[in-house]
Amino acid sequence: MNHSVGEVVTQLTYLLAAALFIFSLRWLNRPNTARRGVVAGVAGMSAAILGTLFHPEIVASGYVWIALAALVGIAVGIPLSRVPLTAVPQRTAISHAFGGLAAGLVGTAKYLLWLHDGSLTAFRVAVIAIEVILGYLTFTGSLMAAGKLQEVIPTRPITYPGQNFVNLGLLAIAFATGALLMLDPTRAYLFPVIIALSLLFGVLLIIPIGGADMPTVISLLNSYAGLSAVAMGFVLENKLLITAGALDGASGFILSVIMCRAMNRSFTNVLFGAFGQVQTAAAVGEAKPVKSASAQDAADYLGNASRVVVVPGYGMAVAQAQHRVKEIYEELTKRGVDVKFAIHPVAGRMPGHMNVLLAEAEIPYEALVEMDEINPEMPQTDVTLVVGANDVVNPAARSDKGSPIYGMPIIDADKSRMVLANKRSMNPGFAGIDNALYTADNTLMVFGDAKAVLGEIANALRHESKAAA
Amino acid sequence: MAELDLPSMLFVLMLSTFVGFQVIQNVSRLLHTPLMSLTNAISAIAVVGSIIITGEHKDTLSTTLGAVAVFASVTNIVSGFLITDRMLKMFKEREPKR
Repeated sequence: MNHSVGEVVTQLTYLLAAALFIFSLRWLNRPNTARRGVVAGVAGMSAAILGTLFHPEIVASGYVWIALAALVGIAVGIPLSRVPLTAVPQRTAISHAFGGLAAGLVGTAKYLLWLHDGSLTAFRVAVIAIEVILGYLTFTGSLMAAGKLQEVIPTRPITYPGQNFVNLGLLAIAFATGALLMLDPTRAYLFPVIIALSLLFGVLLIIPIGGADMPTVISLLNSYAGLSAVAMGFVLENKLLITAGALDGASGFILSVIMCRAMNRSFTNVLFGAFGQVQTAAAVGEAKPVKSASAQDAADYLGNASRVVVVPGYGMAVAQAQHRVKEIYEELTKRGVDVKFAIHPVAGRMPGHMNVLLAEAEIPYEALVEMDEINPEMPQTDVTLVVGANDVVNPAARSDKGSPIYGMPIIDADKSRMVLANKRSMNPGFAGIDNALYTADNTLMVFGDAKAVLGEIANALRHESKAAA
Repeated sequence: MAELDLPSMLFVLMLSTFVGFQVIQNVSRLLHTPLMSLTNAISAIAVVGSIIITGEHKDTLSTTLGAVAVFASVTNIVSGFLITDRMLKMFKEREPKR
């Protein structure tokens, strides 16, 4: 094999980039080294792009196309990075979609180019088919997920009889078409069929999935986007693509497993279970009386406690109440109250969502405690403040075998001495499951919009400290 | 491009998957959202494949497909790295008490 100098340089930059990507993720292990990880990632990316731009096969007119496309990409990318943090799940879904799209398009272009050259082999067709199927299904699937998160598409699961059969059937036909194409790569009319089936499959895959399953689905789509990059690496025979795609795929896979475990469900159950449907039927039960409290009462209870745990959920994000939560945190901390935040892995709409929102509100990350660590402390907790969380504090998950969430690990809010739960009204939550926590003897409901109610509590606490001083 | 055979590609895939599992399992749960946006940006390394297809400029259709892929990847790179950094900046330690 003859290697030109340019090629050797390109390969060396790829080697450097792969190493930097691994360091980038390594440094993300801890918050105090994490920003270094971004620097390493950017350095690796820049090296690889520069190395590629010197590729001998790129012609002058090609540079113009590349520059134009890159400029549009930058113009779209910058505003996408400035979305409010509550919209981060949507942005993430859109970037999975773009990753899938790039893989699908590159696979399509490669098929056409090789069809032209007559250099299509059965192996090439096979890896292109995998790349294209994964790429396009990730594209439409992620767009659907983004639409549901942005609520431009109904978030409730849409199901019909035989749905799983139809979905799996479509996927099987797509792969079978790929296999036919392998037998005779010149049957070009089969290629659009594969594309169309993959695009359709992506849509149908997400239709039956409800909002509460979004953390798992986003992680799974993340994994698919990574795998489609791996497949692209196999098509282009590019080690760097395989490495980076595998890192992304592994990350998405690990996050999906963590999310599934946090809901006590299997992958297949998330993808084929249509969570939201089951509970509407299960939501029967006699109405127990509910005790409610005013914001002033809540402030008194919180102010007189010595240990407080806040359990945030998606409702906090919807109401944009994280800054009010921070005000309460500050007032209580000033008085010497120990305040911690109990973070359930599936609280919010994507992994780590609550942590980012609370960090944005400038709550120090030491105060954010994982479920497994906080649960042993719950019986010694004076007041638990539940803000927009529902299923993750529902004791039915521990006790009621008939409940759809039975077996799901929860934050044991009910074991604390007192619970203050903020909700808009007594309507059952997203999943439509009755929550016995709200009618428990040690629970007081504080009704109203989270932002308004928490603001009142913070004000009440502030006045009190002023009066005391 | 250097020729690569299937076994060595599978080797690279196997090893990098193991490295990925090891490294990512240690990422603090605090940082799972930034993790996702960072790995997203990293896997947009697909841009190198798109650049070559676009740059070869063989015919209009493949060049157009390549250019759209360059656009999608560059969008992911730019927004992915920027938003990761924006989020990571927010994670602050408790200020030491005097």
